[in-house]
Amino acid sequence: MSIATAFEIMLAAVLLGLGIWTIVVRETFSATVGFVAYGLLVALIWVRLDAADVALTEAAIGGGLSGVLLLGAAARLRDAEPMAEAAPGKLLRATAAALSVLTTATLAGTVLLLPDPAPSLAPASVANAWATGLSNPVTNVLMAFRAMDTMLEKVVLVLAIVGVWSLAPDSAWGGRPGPRHRADPYGVLAFLARLLSPVGIVVGIYVFWTGANHPGGAFQGGAILASMWLLATMAGLADAPPVSSRPLRLILVAGSGLFLIVGLAGLLFGAAFLSYAPALAKPLILGIEVAMVLTIATTLGLLLSGAPERSAEPWAP
Amino acid sequence: MSLVRDMISIAAVSAGAFFFLAGTVGLLRFPDTLTRLHALTKADNLGLGLVVLGLLPQADSLRDALKLVSIWLLGLLAGATVSQLIARAARQGGSIR
Amino acid sequence: MGTVTVFGLCAAAVVGLGLYGVIANPQPLRKIIAFNLLGSGVFLLFGVIGRRGAVAGIGSDPVPQALVITGVVVAFSATALAIALLLRLFDTAGPATLDSDAPTRPRPDRFGG
Repeated sequence: MSIATAFEIMLAAVLLGLGIWTIVVRETFSATVGFVAYGLLVALIWVRLDAADVALTEAAIGGGLSGVLLLGAAARLRDAEPMAEAAPGKLLRATAAALSVLTTATLAGTVLLLPDPAPSLAPASVANAWATGLSNPVTNVLMAFRAMDTMLEKVVLVLAIVGVWSLAPDSAWGGRPGPRHRADPYGVLAFLARLLSPVGIVVGIYVFWTGANHPGGAFQGGAILASMWLLATMAGLADAPPVSSRPLRLILVAGSGLFLIVGLAGLLFGAAFLSYAPALAKPLILGIEVAMVLTIATTLGLLLSGAPERSAEPWAP
Repeated sequence: MSLVRDMISIAAVSAGAFFFLAGTVGLLRFPDTLTRLHALTKADNLGLGLVVLGLLPQADSLRDALKLVSIWLLGLLAGATVSQLIARAARQGGSIR
Repeated sequence: MGTVTVFGLCAAAVVGLGLYGVIANPQPLRKIIAFNLLGSGVFLLFGVIGRRGAVAGIGSDPVPQALVITGVVVAFSATALAIALLLRLFDTAGPATLDSDAPTRPRPDRFGG
């Protein structure tokens, strides 16, 4: 057994241990912390699977943003915990365990019996990379070869934000999402937000920009930008905008809107829906990506802030 | 020349891994929040620094080296701030146990 | 045993764990976490299959990678929506539960609405 395999087995074992801990531990807060650690380890596995783009996404969204979301929810639901109902009966747990073992066994069998040689679209994506002028194959798939998925995924983001906003109580309809964070303006958190935000914004834009040719892209960059926005909000240096704001809503639909316009233009002047003329492919893709990174950053930040809870009174720092 | 670089890398990364291990043991074994933070931040800062130091000779270009160093600096900044915040929350919440 | 086998089996186990958590954990937030675990196992299976499709120059088939990146973001937005629903339920009906027989304790609405 090589050192690499030993390392991989250890990584998988620690990951499974964390997964079990997340499921069986008593306190919800501990489960949340376990899940965050799990998310970071999964990012390491993605690196071992040679999928650096996914590793970046998983670390930023699966580990980082999901962690903030779950920790916030666990903190707000904490006083409900003692009143949580008793554990389900033995029969239900035994059935669930049997079902899980069956599922795992089936999947494990499938993994061991996967066809050889493995089917792959990698050669096709390399052979057609000339058409976009970008050299990161994952970005090519996201923005050109399966652009429909990416466009519809932007629509899902818009639908999710509509869903979250429609949970606002009447008094806060159209107001600002989430609680108002008050922190010491000269405290440690505000200091960190002032120092880290500019660096983080540069890093976010860099990760987005380098995505054309290296691992990175609009999703990863957008997640970093969203977390910087969140940091400033938590430190009390900024406030979430009222959700009735028109510029905000324009940004939220910019990604899917521009994608749709370019797609329809492809239908009118080109070969098919979402087809780019080869000469224009790179500028078009970059344009869509700029709109997308704005939409992603704003949507992720607002999804984390939750439903509107306060009226849209003017904010004084 | 490459042998010397590899030796430096191995030595520094191993030392870094040792500090990470020590910090993790401290995190698991120490009795209360403040001592656990002490173990975690001291060891992690030094451990991460040594790992970065060990990777520097392996960097292909000055740009990559600068990226590595800035990762260490950002880690230091985040670690220092977060441990301050946790310590303060623990003191105010009175949950130093 | 190579990378693909190790992580493939690990992913299969994570899917099973997540499925167990979704069914057996009574608290809604725990169910959401378990559901995310389940999803992460499915994504890992995509990654394993993508790794098998590696060719010279590309370490992993880019199509499953792109699908997973899209999937991670969609999973996050679904989680955010689920948590928003849960918090709203908690605010209006007291301790959040999915048990329809549980007594609901009306809380004074914090928002007065």
